[in-house]
Amino acid sequence: MKVLVTVKRVIDPYVKVRVKSDGTGVETANVKMAMNPFCEIAVEQAVRMKEAGVVTEIIAVSIGATQCQETLRTAMAMGVDRGILVETAAEVQPLAVAKIVKAIIDKEQPKLVIMGKQAIDDDSNQSGQMVSALLGWPQATFTSAITVNGDEAEVKREIDGGMEQLTIKLPAVITTDLRLNEPRYVTLPNIMKAKKKPLEIIKPEDLGVDIAPRLKTLKVAEPPKRSAGVKVEDVKELVSKLKNEARVI
Amino acid sequence: MTIYSAPLQDMQFAIQEFGGFDDWQHLEGAEDWSAELLEAILDQASKFANGVLSPLNRTGDMQGAQWVDGRVLAPDGFRDAYQQFIAAGWSGLSADPLWGGQGLPYSLAMMVQEIWNSANMAFCLCPMLTTGVQETLKRHGSAQLQNSYLRKLVSGEWTGTMNLTEPQAGSDLSAIRTRAVPEDDYFRITGTKIYITWGAHDLAENIVHLVLARLPDAPEGVKGISLFVVPQYLPNAEGECGEMNDVRCVSIERKLGIHASPTCVMSYGDHKGAIGYLVGEPHHGLAYMFTMMNHARLGVGVEGLAIAESAYQQALLYARSRVQGRLPGVREGERVSVIELPDVKRMLLTMRASIDAMRALCCYMAGMMDRSHRHHDHQQRIAAKARLDLLNPVAKGWCTENAVDLVSMAMQVHGGTGYIEATGIAQCYRDIRITTIYEGTTAIQANDLVNRKLGLDGGAEMLALIDEMRGLKLNIQVADNQMQLLIDHYLNALLSFERATKWVVSQSRHPMAVAAVAVTYMRMTGIVVGVWLILRGASRSNTKMSVAQFYIKNVLPQVSAYEQVIIAGASSTLDFDSSLL
Repeated sequence: MKVLVTVKRVIDPYVKVRVKSDGTGVETANVKMAMNPFCEIAVEQAVRMKEAGVVTEIIAVSIGATQCQETLRTAMAMGVDRGILVETAAEVQPLAVAKIVKAIIDKEQPKLVIMGKQAIDDDSNQSGQMVSALLGWPQATFTSAITVNGDEAEVKREIDGGMEQLTIKLPAVITTDLRLNEPRYVTLPNIMKAKKKPLEIIKPEDLGVDIAPRLKTLKVAEPPKRSAGVKVEDVKELVSKLKNEARVI
Repeated sequence: MTIYSAPLQDMQFAIQEFGGFDDWQHLEGAEDWSAELLEAILDQASKFANGVLSPLNRTGDMQGAQWVDGRVLAPDGFRDAYQQFIAAGWSGLSADPLWGGQGLPYSLAMMVQEIWNSANMAFCLCPMLTTGVQETLKRHGSAQLQNSYLRKLVSGEWTGTMNLTEPQAGSDLSAIRTRAVPEDDYFRITGTKIYITWGAHDLAENIVHLVLARLPDAPEGVKGISLFVVPQYLPNAEGECGEMNDVRCVSIERKLGIHASPTCVMSYGDHKGAIGYLVGEPHHGLAYMFTMMNHARLGVGVEGLAIAESAYQQALLYARSRVQGRLPGVREGERVSVIELPDVKRMLLTMRASIDAMRALCCYMAGMMDRSHRHHDHQQRIAAKARLDLLNPVAKGWCTENAVDLVSMAMQVHGGTGYIEATGIAQCYRDIRITTIYEGTTAIQANDLVNRKLGLDGGAEMLALIDEMRGLKLNIQVADNQMQLLIDHYLNALLSFERATKWVVSQSRHPMAVAAVAVTYMRMTGIVVGVWLILRGASRSNTKMSVAQFYIKNVLPQVSAYEQVIIAGASSTLDFDSSLL
């Protein structure tokens, strides 16, 4: 079985993100970048399935600047067999991502697509769902367990207030949640081997996909600073403040 | 308590700018090396350090290694971390591919080592010593010894130790008494060794000790010392751990820092004598150990750099968040973060600039090591070796002395909080202190510099370096006066250094006078070479330029004072009656 995973290059989760002074976005120049943690979980899942003998080939796809090659190499060092970079300097919004991924899926015909549930930069949480809709495939989002049985997969989903267990037909799109697995540390010999694995670079135009943005960013701003707290005399005053000032009850 | 974050961009910059990156195409076996590979490896090393090694730094310090009924137990979590470390292949980073290593350059290996050390120095000592044993056997061991041990050492399944010191033989190894008596095709070793780092532990299944000892017919002094491999468990026919050897750890030391690293007293031959195998020729042991010195001493220099970096990061974070008082001359208004106070800023900048200079020097040295081992051109190898030999005592002595000062400064930035253990800076302060002592004290480094390195060639290599430093071409517009002023300072410092060098060379018949100022000369060398290197890199960014400017104006002036000490200071030390002290 062939599996396709997607990997996004994002600002390293440990870096403190700063908004650009002109409010057009966040500062990315000279900032450490890394693979989106949810994508890392997707890669780890695919590699574990390959190690278990369920999967025969893993393809990783990334979309973005030329440096995304490094992110793909990291995925290959984790155990992905080959990479495809759809290179573009333009802003790629979730729908465009979904269209590109669909075009590659049409070509590669994987039986399973594993994606991160969201990227930690824009937190959109849309691409996986859109890919599934464009393909007309079943989807299972926010999964914390996946077991493949022939033409079906059993998944556990993290939902409000608990866990949902589903059986879905393959081919399908699955998105990962934090508890699915803990990604491995890449080994040094595998970093060396990853350099020799095939990495194909194409452009969105090669896939015939229109990636023009549909959404316009008006302004990016820091969240408001938390103001100092106040002391209340008694419960009565607290309730009154919650009701009249904060208006939360 | 702060989490260390590896300065990956600075490290990559240092390797590319100073580590001989442009020259890699001329090195043997460097076909696969690239900037992307560098970045990927540093990145993954930093991830491993954050996830596995850093979390054990404080707990390892608090718990310490334990000696229980003759067994030495590493602190909780260390065994698991070590197994992860070797499973990820980090043990063989720069080792020969013939034995399962990756054959990567020393410049990269030293930066990766900086990451391990910043995250957890006590842990890092174990793989570092293992690398030392690997290199010694690779260079001087027989084919049989190599076959028996190298693969296991490169994979890290077995770890290594260096056994030099005895109670009566510290800096003076000529006093070694451990005996080796021939028997069949091996030797029986008897004696006591002290200060053996990771001499016994439960991280791995076997420990391979390199031991200095005397044969029965050995001449007196340093010319009668031989080197032996003494495994804790003798390899069986399958090459796995067989019978236990007659070696045991009788106790471990209680000490100031690096608590997680067991410092062992090793007893050889309590029963029939421990079985050992001779490395190379009889009586050449010390020379074999010394071929390892460049590597080992640079490694300790990197330890200094690493702890200074980690202390700097903690001090910086603290200085940004600690609000206290107002700026001098301001009486009202908001209180400021202490980072804005001029003296705190001075300390932080001193750390930042010195760390840049130290990292540049360590990478420069590692690059020379790469060249001296594997450059295609024989002449280049020889030239690199000469430079490496010259500056190696400086890389060890200056980086570690500097680091002790800088870590002390980092504690000062914290004020009273720094003196409290929970902050983390106190551990840095305790851990760093050993680095100016082991692997040859500061004075041993300084004497090596003035006696051997300057003495043997009459200062020729050092004067050649001074010429090279004078010829520094700056890719900066020299139009503005500010820049010209800096260059004048730099050139004056070089003149000062040249005079001091010539004085040291001229005093070769007065070893007492030279010894009295050797450490000062070594520190002077460090500062001058450090300035040369950071100026070389300064044109790359405005920040680097500003840091270089600070260093030139605030640290470099020490050089002229050092010159006076060197030229006129010795007699007041020597003439002083020791009984009056």
